[in-house]
Amino acid sequence: MRGIDKSFPGVNALRGVNLSLRSGEVLALLGENGAGKSTLMKVLGGAHRADAGVIEIEARETVFHSPHDSRRAGIAIIYQEFNLIPALTAWENIFLGQEITRAGFLAPAEERQRAADLFRRLGVEMDLDAPCRRLTTAQQQLVEIAKALAFDARIIVMDEPSAALTHHEVARLFDIIRDLKKHGIGIIYISHRLDEISAIADRVTFLRDGINVGEKPIGELTRAGMIELMVGRELKDEFPARVVPIGDARLEVQGLRSGRAVRDVSFTVKRGEILALTGLVGAGRTETVRLIFGADKREAGKVFLDGKPLNIRSPRDAIAAGIGLLTEDRKLQGLVMGHSVRENFGLPNLNRFAPNGFVSMRREREEFSQFVDTLKIKVPHMEQRAGHLSGGNQQKVVLAKWLARNCDVLIFDEPTRGIDVGAKFEIYLLMNELAAQGKAILMISSELPEVLGMADRILIMHEGRVTGEIADARLATQEQIMQLAVA
Amino acid sequence: MKRVLSRWFTDYGMVLVLFLLCAFFSVATYTEQSATGEVAAVQVGELIKKQFGGNALVVIAVREQAEDVAFAKRLNAELIASGARVLAVIQGEPKDAREALMKIVATGGKLHAIACTQATSEWEVFSDLKTDFPSLGEPVLLAPLRYRWPIFLNASNLLNIANQIAVIAVIAIGMTLVIVTGGIDLSVGSLIALSAVLAAKLIRDCAGGMNATASGMIIACIAAVLLCGVIGAFSGGMITQFGIPPFIVTLAMMLVCSGLAFTLAEGQSIAEIPDSFMWLGRGADFLGLPNAVVLMVALYALAHVLMSRTKLGRYLYAVGGNREAARLSGVPVQRVLMFAYIASALLAGLGGVFMASLYKSGSATYGNMYELYVIAAVVVGGASLSGGEGKMFGTFIGALTIAVIQNGMNLTNVESYTQKVVLGLVILGAVLLDKIRHR
Repeated sequence: MRGIDKSFPGVNALRGVNLSLRSGEVLALLGENGAGKSTLMKVLGGAHRADAGVIEIEARETVFHSPHDSRRAGIAIIYQEFNLIPALTAWENIFLGQEITRAGFLAPAEERQRAADLFRRLGVEMDLDAPCRRLTTAQQQLVEIAKALAFDARIIVMDEPSAALTHHEVARLFDIIRDLKKHGIGIIYISHRLDEISAIADRVTFLRDGINVGEKPIGELTRAGMIELMVGRELKDEFPARVVPIGDARLEVQGLRSGRAVRDVSFTVKRGEILALTGLVGAGRTETVRLIFGADKREAGKVFLDGKPLNIRSPRDAIAAGIGLLTEDRKLQGLVMGHSVRENFGLPNLNRFAPNGFVSMRREREEFSQFVDTLKIKVPHMEQRAGHLSGGNQQKVVLAKWLARNCDVLIFDEPTRGIDVGAKFEIYLLMNELAAQGKAILMISSELPEVLGMADRILIMHEGRVTGEIADARLATQEQIMQLAVA
Repeated sequence: MKRVLSRWFTDYGMVLVLFLLCAFFSVATYTEQSATGEVAAVQVGELIKKQFGGNALVVIAVREQAEDVAFAKRLNAELIASGARVLAVIQGEPKDAREALMKIVATGGKLHAIACTQATSEWEVFSDLKTDFPSLGEPVLLAPLRYRWPIFLNASNLLNIANQIAVIAVIAIGMTLVIVTGGIDLSVGSLIALSAVLAAKLIRDCAGGMNATASGMIIACIAAVLLCGVIGAFSGGMITQFGIPPFIVTLAMMLVCSGLAFTLAEGQSIAEIPDSFMWLGRGADFLGLPNAVVLMVALYALAHVLMSRTKLGRYLYAVGGNREAARLSGVPVQRVLMFAYIASALLAGLGGVFMASLYKSGSATYGNMYELYVIAAVVVGGASLSGGEGKMFGTFIGALTIAVIQNGMNLTNVESYTQKVVLGLVILGAVLLDKIRHR
């Protein structure tokens, strides 16, 4: 790709970007959110048309009018949000749009057989006949990869493939990537996780604000060097230090239970404490906090706040009691993407902005503009649709929404997923400040460095149960956590 | 500047379309015409006063239509008040006019003026008064002034549009609430019928029929509207408690309510209702505007405030925009949905009472296909069927657009079958326009 330009109304997303990929190579594409990585990949995938620039594949200039053209040229893109039809099985999804037919009729047996072969080649077990919605995130990822292999893709782009995967699954993914390399397939790997890039990439291309800012073989890069090239400044510490006295128990959970997902979970979070809840995806962490928050029905269990029992039957009750939940999935659960950031901010706070039923937009605006300043939310104006913001800014809007309620207990579910390094640091700072105010913070995270860097205490879950506790996170190691998580 | 314009166009593009439609129909119906009814009477009265002072001798000649009668009545009063003498008021055909004039000739009377409407001034009998009735002393023919003006823009026609649309527009308020939450309500058409039949039946059987008192009729109407509310609550309950899709629930209720309406009406139209019941649909107490139209405007004002200024309004949008995010933000999703379906049903019930009043009877055939027109009005008004978007003002414009198209085509003599084709294409075109704008 040479000299790619692409602009949207009001934004120059890409300005003269170059990118080259050799066969059998893993190229990492690094940059903060909004640097243009996704746009560049959408141009490659034929989803966007570049305003200028050329794409050459095996030294031949090509023009993509649609995703279909790109696919025919041997390019497969695995987006962060999977493109799988939930009701169709793995093999039906793999052959969607490239069905095997005999005399105009589908040949399901053949498709199923070839899908089975593909998974064997990937070295994974897969329930071929289950609808995709029943597969785990990791399995869905594998279906996407199989889909790419099914049409002999020469170039595979993976956008944040590890975002929803646990340690083990990422290791498995890397084995697969190494195998793909051997078959001469070129891979573009986009991730915010620098450890992964050090482990798998051969070369790194850096983007910042829509332009190339560097390209280096992985051997010449240190972690600090990568961050510096990404953000354009030096970042001293990834995790800000915190000195907060830890007080009495604030949130206490006893015997929480719901089906197989959560089995008899009890713990306390103290005033001024950050408690990390970690474990593999599917260990029941998100399910546990949803039960506390009243988002799902619980079969048993009690929740106490400052020693008083709470009767929480819906999120509404939890919010009234002073609990806030920042969900892991902003798009589906956190924000109304089609509505303005101001309206999203106001939603849980209307009790105050509309005490008599009528919304005081003046108060709403005033208060939101304070948060825009203190949280450094980058929004052109308050009527900006939430869906048009970058991940980091969206997360800040979600944060503002809950901070305005002044909750006593804040639950962060994967607070920095899909967020760039700079914004991550700001969110960490904020969590520290909240702890200093005497709030109790419960944080779910799959990123072990984050868990070790931020938490005071760590709980590890496995198959719905708490299987371990590390009382002093400063003394813990990633290996120690992993052992408890797979126990 | 360009940004402001494009934003305005995105928000109010449909207003522009409506304006263009009005302009088109104005041009298409631009013809020569003259005032009618009381307005014309005042005009002619002034002419007579100016030409003949206080002692004019006048004959008034009109046809038997209602507006001609109103003209004659008012003019007669005007002339008597100014001191003129009205020798005869002719109501009927040219031969009646000849007889009346002969009578005046027989008594040897003189005549200064013959006051006519536009139509009677062209009667053959008045064409040569000098030779036919020489003894009358050359009376002058006076008719309302002719002028050129689009029929479409006559006050009476504009009011007609407002009246036609009142029922659909009022129900479209409720439909907007439901569609904004991401649902749909197919039962409104049948609820119109059920409410109209029930109100009429209650008045006939419980409130004393033809001798029903005002309070009896009001109670009957409130009961009919409330029953619709109960049905709305039932639909809402099915949707929120059991998670059945709104399309299915309201489709079922559409059949149930239509069947109930026919059963209650025993297949007949219930018309044993006092004339005073027509007050709601036909009366005009406020600034000469029909009551139904006044009520419609008031309801829209209320609904607009609800949607744009209140907590409940914000919740409706949030539930439609992202139900899970709304729930996790503490929005009482089920109560909000219940409100939308109950409000929609209540407004449909009110629409049914309107129609019963307009036609002074209740029939189970009322409101047939209205749900589709109502949905069309909401969609043309810019609401998204996937929820979270839509404004009351837009819906109002949508309803108005549909009424203007229907009315305009009636005025330009477009056949009713062709009207359906045009209307269908216009709905499609309006939504297409919306899609293109949002791209």
